[in-house]
Amino acid sequence: MKKLTTPKELRDLQAKIKESVNPDKSRIIICAGSGCLAYGTKKLIDGFEAEIEKQNLQDVVEVRTSGCHGFCERGPITLISPENVFYQKVGLNDAAEIIEKTVLNGEVIDRLLYVDPQTGEKIVHENEVAFYSKQTRNVLGSNSKIDPTKIEDYLAIDGYSALAKVLTESTPQGVIDEIIEANLRGRGGGGFPAGWKWDATRKAQGTPKYVICNADEGDPGAYMDRSVLEGNPHVVLEGMLIGAYAIGSSEGYIYVRNEYPLAVANITIAIEKARELGLLGENILGTDFCFDVKINRGGGAFVCGESSALFASIEGRAGEPRAKYIHATDRGLYDKPTCLNNVETWANVPLIINKGAKWYQGIGTENSKGTKIFALVGKINNTGLVEVPMGITLREIVFDIGGGIPKGRKFKAVQTGGPSGGCIPEEYLDMPVDFDELTKLGSMMGSGGMIVMDDRTCMVDVARYFLRFLEEESCGKCTPCREGVHQMRVILDRICEGNGQEGDIETLEWMGQAIADGSLCALGGSAPAPVLSTIRFFRDEYEAHIKDKKCPAGVCKDLITFTIDPETCNGCRLCFKPCPTDAISGEKKQVHVVDQEKCIQCGACFEVCKFDAVIVK
Amino acid sequence: MPDKVSLTIDGRTVDAPAGSTILQAAQRANIYIPHLCHNDELKPYGACRLCLVEITHGKRTRQVASCIYEITEGLEVKTDTERVKNVRKLVVELMLARNPKHPAIRKIASKVGVEKTRFAVEIKGCILCGMCIRTCREVVGVNAISYKSRGFLREVATPFNESPTDCIACGSCAYVCPVDFIQMTEKNGVRTIWNTEFPLQKCKKCGRDIAPEKQLEYFRKKVNLPENHFDTCLHCR
Repeated sequence: MKKLTTPKELRDLQAKIKESVNPDKSRIIICAGSGCLAYGTKKLIDGFEAEIEKQNLQDVVEVRTSGCHGFCERGPITLISPENVFYQKVGLNDAAEIIEKTVLNGEVIDRLLYVDPQTGEKIVHENEVAFYSKQTRNVLGSNSKIDPTKIEDYLAIDGYSALAKVLTESTPQGVIDEIIEANLRGRGGGGFPAGWKWDATRKAQGTPKYVICNADEGDPGAYMDRSVLEGNPHVVLEGMLIGAYAIGSSEGYIYVRNEYPLAVANITIAIEKARELGLLGENILGTDFCFDVKINRGGGAFVCGESSALFASIEGRAGEPRAKYIHATDRGLYDKPTCLNNVETWANVPLIINKGAKWYQGIGTENSKGTKIFALVGKINNTGLVEVPMGITLREIVFDIGGGIPKGRKFKAVQTGGPSGGCIPEEYLDMPVDFDELTKLGSMMGSGGMIVMDDRTCMVDVARYFLRFLEEESCGKCTPCREGVHQMRVILDRICEGNGQEGDIETLEWMGQAIADGSLCALGGSAPAPVLSTIRFFRDEYEAHIKDKKCPAGVCKDLITFTIDPETCNGCRLCFKPCPTDAISGEKKQVHVVDQEKCIQCGACFEVCKFDAVIVK
Repeated sequence: MPDKVSLTIDGRTVDAPAGSTILQAAQRANIYIPHLCHNDELKPYGACRLCLVEITHGKRTRQVASCIYEITEGLEVKTDTERVKNVRKLVVELMLARNPKHPAIRKIASKVGVEKTRFAVEIKGCILCGMCIRTCREVVGVNAISYKSRGFLREVATPFNESPTDCIACGSCAYVCPVDFIQMTEKNGVRTIWNTEFPLQKCKKCGRDIAPEKQLEYFRKKVNLPENHFDTCLHCR
């Protein structure tokens, strides 16, 4: 493909690509995000291609792979277009059947349809599936329409039009004003108004100025940025281009964690293709604007998601934050003015330029505009990525879209904001989710991780989990974080092992405040949040662990015993085999007994017993 | 740009040169702020967090490290609020858990009102203030030692835990360490530091030990002195 030297050439190319699409040809679109690939969809993709080859159907139907569709619980996912048939949990050997029945004969395969749990109805079309219909997929929606490795697909959905619009119709300050008016706030967790950040960088002294995409996404359970970067890398590039034009930058970096190989691969391809078309490089679309981008991969440190540690990492130093009294917009990467924004923040930019700030303001709440992508994971029926307008309630996300708690268990809490956030109990399910509301409960919206917990989750163990994570990820520079988080974890371990002492809770509360106040960066500054919020809302569980040496949720191994109820046990011996220590004894059809000396509380017997005869206390 | 800046510390008006940090301004006014990772010869590091103070600028109040924060006109600083005191107490107790006995820490402990630590003690000695590394890098300029590992496992170390190839055995790291963690000994014409032996240069006239050969060679080259400059000691020169 030739370099585009004017905006008109871009428009002509977009039109040409759209025209080349044969409306009569069927398309089989297979989700090729990391989640579905982990199910083994490569085999499915090969199966479709082989079948089309075998039956010589190249003119009738084509196979395409797309970015992540978001309904990860139901993968592998396949869409058949133009009918828009939605198949979920597709078997890896189903290719031939789908082609035969659905593509060639227009028949729908019942067992691959999504069944609405409320009505029992089988849903044929994607837009009627409640998981999707209740979302507002302004950003993620494009994923299912494009193959992320093909720039033509992105152009076909009017990709790079926002860039052309900005280069022909706006001044750099005009772009900044638009982003300020839209009130786009950072999606990485900080929620800082992006427009003001761009403005400060533009006004700062010094060259070169840098534009950075933070794709280090480290919160456990969060994978929003992964799906955007894997599934639609061009929207991120377009956002960065627009930002660079506004700020006066010609050099950008994408810092992506190395644990996202597909995202690294797809953004690398996207950059190559964009350069081929002249959308990156010198004199973009025939203007004076030059911009190009380098990829930096992370080395496996959560702390490198912190902006000043990220700069150190790019500079080749160990990822250690520095005090933020001097803003990165004045002195950031290489001590030059730097504008760092999250993947999802950049991905929102073309949208705002194309549809206008006023349109964007129509979505969300007064101070939190637009949509937010959440990774809904944990004890939830519909695990996946959910994009909703800000202001929606937790209840709507967890129950209406998420489908509630599996196995009929009871909702206990939802953890938001990753290791920087807290746990929110049932009584606050009607809280709206946005940048400001959840902070009132000692949590935060954060980057979008949302871990749902049921009644078999021990909240003390949850606090311990996050402390262990942060203890390992602390850079080690400042005393409150390095030593404080470590000592908090030591106390939590003692409590979970049955050695909790009177005064431990008060010590944790005191430490928490001091660590939050004293830490150098936000890792330490927010580290106490999971502990303090679980103490706030689940103090009784802590007290049970400390005073009664009991774990009410039946999780902490040192505090629970597994026994068999003699009333319910029918002597089937099913629990014998999975027991790793041969701790269960008993004749066939006689009541079985657990030898407490041998039992290691692994829970295998509890999992396999069909009669609920194993009691965990 | 004005040369002098006026700020208040604990209600007192203090004047200090523009570009000073809060800690420098406080020291000029004889106001005590505890610190353990600060040295006037080194760039501020802000790691121990003992020097935390509370500042109010307009409507916003927050805690900042006074060794790093540059003063501004009209800045309101408080060195003794509850929140600041609690951070200091926590930091001291955490340091005592690593090094319960050294007088430098015990001195600060008694100044902030801490008698002992409530935390599980795991003796490490080093308090990771970083002054040895920063001195070696910024003052001496040989960068012989650095940090190894991350978080609680962080340690000051030589490359690959082996004898440090760039060390000149000047002893600056041992000198600057507030808790005497770095061992340096001299015996039989040899200085031992970082588990490595460095022969001492002897004075050709009186036979006294001057300093490690490597250190003298480094200085000699750095300021372009003649090859035999350190053949004799100061007394014999």
